[in-house]
Amino acid sequence: MLSSYWDSVCIFLGINILLGISLYIPMVCGLISLGQGGFMAIGAYVAVMLTKAGAPFVVALVAGALVAAVAGLIVGAPALRIRGIYVMILTLGFGEIVRVFFLNFEPTGGASGLGGIPPLTELWQIVLSCVLAYLLVWRIRQLRFGRAMIAIHDDDLAAEAMGINLTRTKLMSFSLGAFIAGIAGGFYAHYALFIDANQFDFSRSAMTFLYVVLGGTVNPFGPVLGAAIVTLLPEVLRVVQDWRMTVFGTLLILIAIWRPDGILRTAGFRK
Amino acid sequence: MSAFLRVEGVNRRFGGYLALNDVSCEVARGHVHALIGPNGAGKTTLFNVISGVLRPTAGRIFLDGRDYTGLRPDGVSRLGVARNFQQVRLVRQLSAVENVMIGCHAGIYRGVAGNLAEFFGLGGAEKAAREKSREMLAFVGMAGKAEVPVDQLTLVDQRRLEVARALASEPSLLLLDEPAAGMNPTELDELKTLIQAIRDRGITIVLVEHHMRLVMSIADRITVLSAGTVIASGTPSEVRQDAAVISAYLGTA
Repeated sequence: MLSSYWDSVCIFLGINILLGISLYIPMVCGLISLGQGGFMAIGAYVAVMLTKAGAPFVVALVAGALVAAVAGLIVGAPALRIRGIYVMILTLGFGEIVRVFFLNFEPTGGASGLGGIPPLTELWQIVLSCVLAYLLVWRIRQLRFGRAMIAIHDDDLAAEAMGINLTRTKLMSFSLGAFIAGIAGGFYAHYALFIDANQFDFSRSAMTFLYVVLGGTVNPFGPVLGAAIVTLLPEVLRVVQDWRMTVFGTLLILIAIWRPDGILRTAGFRK
Repeated sequence: MSAFLRVEGVNRRFGGYLALNDVSCEVARGHVHALIGPNGAGKTTLFNVISGVLRPTAGRIFLDGRDYTGLRPDGVSRLGVARNFQQVRLVRQLSAVENVMIGCHAGIYRGVAGNLAEFFGLGGAEKAAREKSREMLAFVGMAGKAEVPVDQLTLVDQRRLEVARALASEPSLLLLDEPAAGMNPTELDELKTLIQAIRDRGITIVLVEHHMRLVMSIADRITVLSAGTVIASGTPSEVRQDAAVISAYLGTA
């Protein structure tokens, strides 16, 4: 078996891959969210309250993710009327609202946080979830729903004139992304064993954004690669650990200059 | 003459500019109906109103007697109205055949059960849509180009691809906005044959086109717009002799 150190690295890697995929899905149809931390928080808190009440882990995970998905529908609805940078501002606001809510919500620990969480997360569960989430986004691209998302991203006017319902497609993609972020939150909470609102702050959402921008937005393997680079680089290079934010900031600038579509810029896997 | 498409007193205002001023016209079922007029006459605006992209400021539009004024473009598409775009609007991330499959969007599986079946490759609807889209490509003369990325197609092929995509939605009314732009004489002949073949499938066509030889040889009726108003309407020979049309658009050659 892996040493506990690598076990821990792999679990965090898996959680970050799930987060990257959760953001990638709405990004396929051009919706950029800076609030994935908020969906993660909802998934985490709901799942913890359920496992503490004695519910099985799977049930708690899925329930937390479903609540996050409903929140995704609620946030997604106003996001339909706006585009690009305004969607980012809206989701950024949402992330902060969720953080401040849990900071002040006493039944889930408020500012002092929530501890005593049963240690239920295991590596194999995370690996399985990552594989399933990846297969999901990979397969969706070949289907009606995926084509609709890509069409909306490239040209929403033409997409709508071809009979694609913009509202439904965008909401579905936003909500599906929120669901996966909720799963990631549930896994995170039952591994960290203590959560408070500030673990799901803007920097969490920003790092998630970094995975996708770095890895690439046109290839479903992009967010996986991005999450792997950002998670593993500080572990293998001491220098990156000390200068974490500086290194990632520089990386982001270089990517923006040379590969604006991310490291993996072709759709690939399609022959 | 029973009107299949009826535009009734349509106005469209952009700020202080009246792009369409009390426009009315009727398109008979099975006809090729041309819409001509100088640049800025409001032809594309009228297309945008008919396809739901723009709401008319006033007036009503009927398809087969049904008032669908104010319906969103996706709803209009599902009603059986398909279109191309004057400035080609294709999905660059997808191949030619996948672009045509976008046109199949509303016509194939839906709902949780349908999506799940297709997800696991059990439904067969994706395969059927791909097959149908290939046939559409062959129909517009693009057999063998199904897997080509859109960027590598010539502009003329991109226009053909838009027609294939529009046809994939199985429309009863097809709006063609300047399909001949940039075509050489051979390609024009092919386009003429294609438009006739589309009409022979029972699809009513409204055609915006500046290429007068094509319009005069293929249109059953012509409506002439100038500065947002209908100045003439009739058969090609009637329109050709209309004094107002000659002074506004055709000229005395």
